[in-house]
Amino acid sequence: MTSNMIPPAIIFILAAILIPFLKGKTKSIYMLLIPVAAFYVLVHIPYGNIWIYEFWGYNLVLGRIDKLSMVFGYIFIIMAFLGILFALKVKDDLQHVSAIIYAGSTLGVVLAGDFVSLYIFWEVMAVSSTFLIIASRTKASREAGFRYILVHLIGGLFLLAGIVLYIQKTGTIAFDYIGLSGIESYLIFIGIALNAAAIPLHAWLPDAYPNGTPTSTVFLSAFTTKSAVYLLIRTFPGAELLIWIGAFMVFVPIFFAVLENDIRRVLSYSLMNQVGFMLVGIGIGTQLALNGAVAHAFCHILYKGLLFMAAGSVLQMTGKIKCTEIGGLYKTMPLTCLFCIVGAASISAFPLFSGFVSKSMIVTATVNEKMVLVYLILQFASAGVFHHAGIKVPFFTFFGHDSGIRAKDPSWNMTLAMGIAAFACVFIGVFPQPLYNLLPFTVNYVPYTGAHVVGQLQLLMFGALAFALLILSGYYPPEIKSINLDVDWFYRKAGRGAYMVLDKGLNAINQVSENILIGIVGSLSTFFKSAVARIVLFISVNIWLALGYRDKRLEIKKRRLYDDILQGTMPAGIGVAVSIIFVFLIYVLI
Amino acid sequence: MKKEFSIFDNPKNIKRLLIIFYCSLVILLIAEFFIHPHPAFFFEHIKGFSAVYGFFSCVLLIFLAKILRLIVMKKENYYDK
Repeated sequence: MTSNMIPPAIIFILAAILIPFLKGKTKSIYMLLIPVAAFYVLVHIPYGNIWIYEFWGYNLVLGRIDKLSMVFGYIFIIMAFLGILFALKVKDDLQHVSAIIYAGSTLGVVLAGDFVSLYIFWEVMAVSSTFLIIASRTKASREAGFRYILVHLIGGLFLLAGIVLYIQKTGTIAFDYIGLSGIESYLIFIGIALNAAAIPLHAWLPDAYPNGTPTSTVFLSAFTTKSAVYLLIRTFPGAELLIWIGAFMVFVPIFFAVLENDIRRVLSYSLMNQVGFMLVGIGIGTQLALNGAVAHAFCHILYKGLLFMAAGSVLQMTGKIKCTEIGGLYKTMPLTCLFCIVGAASISAFPLFSGFVSKSMIVTATVNEKMVLVYLILQFASAGVFHHAGIKVPFFTFFGHDSGIRAKDPSWNMTLAMGIAAFACVFIGVFPQPLYNLLPFTVNYVPYTGAHVVGQLQLLMFGALAFALLILSGYYPPEIKSINLDVDWFYRKAGRGAYMVLDKGLNAINQVSENILIGIVGSLSTFFKSAVARIVLFISVNIWLALGYRDKRLEIKKRRLYDDILQGTMPAGIGVAVSIIFVFLIYVLI
Repeated sequence: MKKEFSIFDNPKNIKRLLIIFYCSLVILLIAEFFIHPHPAFFFEHIKGFSAVYGFFSCVLLIFLAKILRLIVMKKENYYDK
């Protein structure tokens, strides 16, 4: 039954390669059919582990199908469809190809049942998303894209080192719940948390996403962070550390969001804030909290995609996206304005909009666990979200001062994509049951109670009152053409030393590329194996020293680990090789 | 040329909107007396707690953001220098 179906990830990735050879309507229809085909497959596959391939003595599982992976699979495919529809008229194959490979590799990550295929898809995701950032073809986007890939490669190395140690310890590449214990789990945790933009590993997100094209940012907003959320639910549910990281993430970014001038940077910070809610849910780890995290990821992908689509439409039609340069656009872009307000109401968790039925599950979970402080932080953040994403984004874009710009609503496909997303946000808000049915655990949760609705409305509306009074009194911080420093300052500006490090790193990477170009495939794999071996050794030796291993015993342990990796017992380096081949493919085809 | 929307160019409309907004706030405060409460923590027994908390959250947010701005705000070309 399953043998005649292709894994969704492979459908996306293989189908993407043909895109540059098609033209006009055929191309549009072809691109829209890719997610439809993948959706068909996902609906028709049975639960369990499927698509198992033997590779270098390991069993790769490309389909771990259960309720958790299915719900993420569905939403990623839906979002891929909306993103493709939104970008349908873009005349740039680089964007189409990399966006679809990016979506496919995310599906690969979500359905992967083993660490090897997970890692390969993980690296493909990092590389393909980089192309979406540099697709703007500006100096700023190239530089941001470079910083982005560098940060993600480092994150990937942490993940890889953790995976290698994990395989050495357990003897299997299959993974499920890991939990925070032992060095390998922390390495894996750091690798995943970086992709979730967990503070303090977050600066790549507000640095890179606002530099994408009007359409590519829609893809970026959906996949990387939420696939990391999926993995955290899978591997580290109930890790208390996540509650505190999440609590930081829900409130620190909103201060930046209030100050930011660039609408897409505001949205990037609010994205982090929303992921923070999910991390809190994962950290609590009860059935209600995990359900809440999954539901919130589902809704968040839709309304955040919608908000980035609205911002993208404004950027596309006016060429501007800074609060100081736009305003009063409701006059000629009424539909975009309406959809943006729906997205804003959803992210603010207004009753009858999607955020309300998902976020409230996480908040209720903190109540059930009697976490007063976390509860108060989440409520503070809820008011703050409404303030910057719910009011500031639509207000300064579509109302506020009249900038004199008279741009029209965007083309039909962009408007339609926003319309579908907006409809979904309202539908889920009004009829949450279909979403609840998809969640991993049985839901006994009723979002619409009198106390809950009134409490939430009071919180939001009186927050709005504060906004209104502060604006009217002139105390509200004015929009200023400026940038705000974040922790990326440390690797962008902290003296010449950092620059030197980057420069040296760059040269090293160039050196590697040169070696590959010479075409010695054999030496390639040896190089990566030994590089990984050295990283793993470095980490391990320090731990062994701390544990009191000395002289001969240390030597034996070192020898054994090194041999294991070099003799190919470890699958290290495959991912790196795949991503390099991928880079070649993109350049050769386009 | 399509007709432009301009309902907020008229100050009267903005005034009307604000009046509706203020009325809804009053209704929300009154509504709390007619619902079945299930307070999460002891402080939620106080009527209007959410309203006060929401209001002061936003005031505090703006106040702290203004202080933060003194530290982190730089000119747009800061990183190009």
